[in-house]
Amino acid sequence: MPAVRGDGMRGLAVFISDIRNCKSKEAEIKRINKELANIRSKFKGDKTLDGYQKKKYVCKLLFIFLLGHDIDFGHMEAVNLLSSNKYSEKQIGYLFISVLVNTNSDLIKLIIQSIKNDLQSRNPIHVNLALQCIANIGSKEMAESFATEIPKLLVSGDTMDVVKQSAALCLLRLFRKCPEIIPGGEWTSRIIHLLNDPHMGVVTAATSLIDALVKKNPDEYKGCVTLAVARLSRIVTASYTDLQDYTYYFVPAPWLSVKLLRLLQNYTPPSEEPGVRGRLSECLETIFNKAQEPPKSKKVQHSNAKNAVLFEAISLIIHNDSEPNLLVRACNQLGQFLSNRETNLRYLALESMCHLATSEFSHEAVKKHQEVVILSMKMEKDVSVRQQAVDLLYAMCDKTNAEEIVQEMLAYLETADYSIREEMVLKVAILAEKYATDFTWYVDVILNLIRIAGDYVSEEVWYRVIQIVINREEVQGYAAKTVFEGLQAPTCHENMVKVGGYILGEFGNLIAGDTRSSPQVQFELLHSKYHLCSAATRGLLLTTYIKLVNLFPEIKTRVQEVFRADSNICSADVELQQRASEYLHLSKIASPDVLATVLEEMPAFPERESSILAVLKKKKPGRIPDDIRDSKSPQPTSTPAPVINNTTSTNSSSSADLLGLSTPPGNSTTIAGNGLLDVLGDLYTTSKISPTTVQQNNIKKFLFKNNGVLFENDLIQIGVKSEFRQNLGRIGLFYGNKTQFPIKNVHPELTWTELHKLNVQMKPMEPILEAGAQIQQMLTAECIEDFADAPSMSVSFVYNNVPQKISMKLPLTLNKFFEPTEMNGESFFARWKNLGGEQQRAQKIFKAQGAIDLAGTRTKLAGFGMQLLDGIDPNPDNFVCAGIVHTRVQQVGCLLRLEPNKQAQMFRLTVRSSKESVSFEICNLLADQF
Amino acid sequence: MMQFMLLFSRQGKLRLQKWYVAHPDKLKKKITRELITTVLARKPKMCSFLEWKDVKVVYKRYASLYFCCAMEQEDNELLTLELIHRYVELLDKYFGSKAYFILDELVLGGELQETSKKNVLKAIAAQDLLQEEETPQGFFEDHGLG
Repeated sequence: MPAVRGDGMRGLAVFISDIRNCKSKEAEIKRINKELANIRSKFKGDKTLDGYQKKKYVCKLLFIFLLGHDIDFGHMEAVNLLSSNKYSEKQIGYLFISVLVNTNSDLIKLIIQSIKNDLQSRNPIHVNLALQCIANIGSKEMAESFATEIPKLLVSGDTMDVVKQSAALCLLRLFRKCPEIIPGGEWTSRIIHLLNDPHMGVVTAATSLIDALVKKNPDEYKGCVTLAVARLSRIVTASYTDLQDYTYYFVPAPWLSVKLLRLLQNYTPPSEEPGVRGRLSECLETIFNKAQEPPKSKKVQHSNAKNAVLFEAISLIIHNDSEPNLLVRACNQLGQFLSNRETNLRYLALESMCHLATSEFSHEAVKKHQEVVILSMKMEKDVSVRQQAVDLLYAMCDKTNAEEIVQEMLAYLETADYSIREEMVLKVAILAEKYATDFTWYVDVILNLIRIAGDYVSEEVWYRVIQIVINREEVQGYAAKTVFEGLQAPTCHENMVKVGGYILGEFGNLIAGDTRSSPQVQFELLHSKYHLCSAATRGLLLTTYIKLVNLFPEIKTRVQEVFRADSNICSADVELQQRASEYLHLSKIASPDVLATVLEEMPAFPERESSILAVLKKKKPGRIPDDIRDSKSPQPTSTPAPVINNTTSTNSSSSADLLGLSTPPGNSTTIAGNGLLDVLGDLYTTSKISPTTVQQNNIKKFLFKNNGVLFENDLIQIGVKSEFRQNLGRIGLFYGNKTQFPIKNVHPELTWTELHKLNVQMKPMEPILEAGAQIQQMLTAECIEDFADAPSMSVSFVYNNVPQKISMKLPLTLNKFFEPTEMNGESFFARWKNLGGEQQRAQKIFKAQGAIDLAGTRTKLAGFGMQLLDGIDPNPDNFVCAGIVHTRVQQVGCLLRLEPNKQAQMFRLTVRSSKESVSFEICNLLADQF
Repeated sequence: MMQFMLLFSRQGKLRLQKWYVAHPDKLKKKITRELITTVLARKPKMCSFLEWKDVKVVYKRYASLYFCCAMEQEDNELLTLELIHRYVELLDKYFGSKAYFILDELVLGGELQETSKKNVLKAIAAQDLLQEEETPQGFFEDHGLG
């Protein structure tokens, strides 16, 4: 046994060395269990333990816990140690509590009392132990108990510096838990002035606190800008000897500098005071100048600290986005880093440049480094650096360099890491679409994508190429020719078959003139892939075949043969079987005219945001540069097409459209059946979640969603699923019989007051609802003008020979006709100001329903129908939204701002739109909903 | 702010953890396990930063010990690296004991509190002066920090 070290706690040392000497895990556990039993009996025993013993046993427990075992006793003894006068005992008590406390409420009261005592101690080390413990626990109780003591400690003149530091950060910790605890008024100025404190450590700590306070209330703390700039200026101009121990490897106070630079990023550049602005610019220039100076040390710590400050300065410059020369200078500096020896620097430079690329001032300067960035993508050893390079290429891409960048990315894709391929495919697809001047190029790129990385081409990507080809006449012939060539490759990816099948089905006639791609050849080529494909692709190909029959009557017999083949018409897959038999009959009985009508070319797709972009956004929230975020898909050459009427209606995913599931007229009934099953499933799960029998008709919750249970009692459940597009809506009502007996004479009736503003049509339905069954009824709605009164529906029926009647409001409110609108801060505020007239705005102030729940509010607003716009309001707690209400007579642009006031538990809601009644109605709908 | 800090050995054994955000133990264990695997799988010349879930991970290896900090998106990576270094320097000066106490003096509530090495050591030394008896020298050392 090794000698016992330290004469402190002999028992502990012995125990530890015993554990160290254990030969096996089992032996260790055995030893620990023995010790736990021993400690337990000591704590429970009659003999009172003295402080030393308590400390020793608590230490043992702590050690056992740190070895990874659970500890479920000893808390009380640890709390007792807190009130000891001996430092070592107190310290062990605090350590135990910090590491092991759970919010056991009885214990917390005792702990709080001990901490209170220590906070009043004249010994700064005791005070700090207490502060550290408060910060480590950081619970709501802590925040409430010490809301007055800690701010006092922070600003009081008597407090020692070390205590002030801890107090500042402790307060910050509690503020994050419980933002109400910060006193306002005169405290604001006293807290801000901590930036002037002579002690650097205090300033370092206080800056973090102020940064958090500013984020919550930028106006109140505006005064900190001037002080922060002044402090920063003093640091960057200081020589490294001035700040003594706050100089880190010859860099003066890097942590404080970075914190100050971060703090300034909460504000727009200080324009009111040109002096401050000038001084800040000088600081930033100085930082750049220092970066060029020869290093004062070869140590990596020196360069890291120096560059940390530099990168933070660049972040501030990008944030301010107002000084072209600084932006360009930043770009040049980062350019140097791109070929630095240090991987870390190259990584950061690429990341930072990505932001620079989005500024109009520095976009061009970034482009100069294209070659190096492409090299980084290809040559870097670390995949995370290559990823950054890809991101940067994506951000720096514009019309002038798109072809080259896309080409390079395609080339790299062949060898790219699996982990980044899917994202790269999305990026290439978006760039190709966004910057295509010639759509044949776009088609080439996408087909190349499928060829090179077919497995990573998600559905959205190939749907999109089809949408674009269909919407753009000039590229259709080229697309047909190219896919035909693509399909001739000896091995081709299934995605190629899908695109090829779809395009040839639509536009095969455009290349049929050439004997090399005659109808027969086209058909046989496609069919040669048929057996290798999944059922979904086969279904698509069957639709292609029938379309080919329409285009080329001469191959009809051959196609019919295929439909008739056992593997199709008797396929185990119901979908294939049905398609084969229906198409076969269609081809037999329909006249050419009917065939031509049924199998007409697909109408153009409605213009919508590229679904690929949506996928990318989901994958990487917040990492898509702004200008790309606003990108619009190319305009179709034809006039906007009618919305495709999708009879399945339950989900309008584009896959249903594209796979042609809804095209054959014959099978809409089955599909409706499927839809019904879906809903049935939904309804049953909902009823499981809320087993209460009577669920009153709560119309308000439908403000924020389109689907759910509208009404439910012991007999009947009425579910709703609806979708809206422009000023039109389709509402499916699902009546479910919850009983063992049929419900008869079901008769729903609608009434609403503003007949001229809203048009609602109800399709007839079966009057009998069998036991346990569910039937569907469709409603269509058209918004003619903005309206305020939602239609009421009453349903009468007979159950068990007793007539019943129930009534409810339909979830059909004005907000359903919203189209969300993206816009940036500038245009939002411009519009906001334009809509400032008395007749345009409506405002309500109302009490929150419970404690203000920002996340909940956000979810609700997102479901309301308008676009939630982030990062626009200077106060991050406020919500702003924009949307367009579509009605038949006009479109009304509408802006909204919702300001929570946590202290008062109130909300202020302001709605502005070009039409008074709209503002008023939207405001009414939302008031009291949060 | 810093979300958490982990110290673990090359064999993947966790030596110290400090959380500045509240998570249930189960989640902490899951995060720890996954992150350790991710970091250990990286090669020596790779960069010290990685985007991992929604945090930015900054790590550095000293001898056989990995120091690993999870930061928020806007935090400064290089300086986090130097924060680790400063911590290592402090541990170095004060080897064998009290990794937690030193960390408490350096970082509080996820924010850096005191960057001056001298002042941190002064605080720790002051704590020591108050100790009536020696602390057990082998306490943390035996636990694997040595």
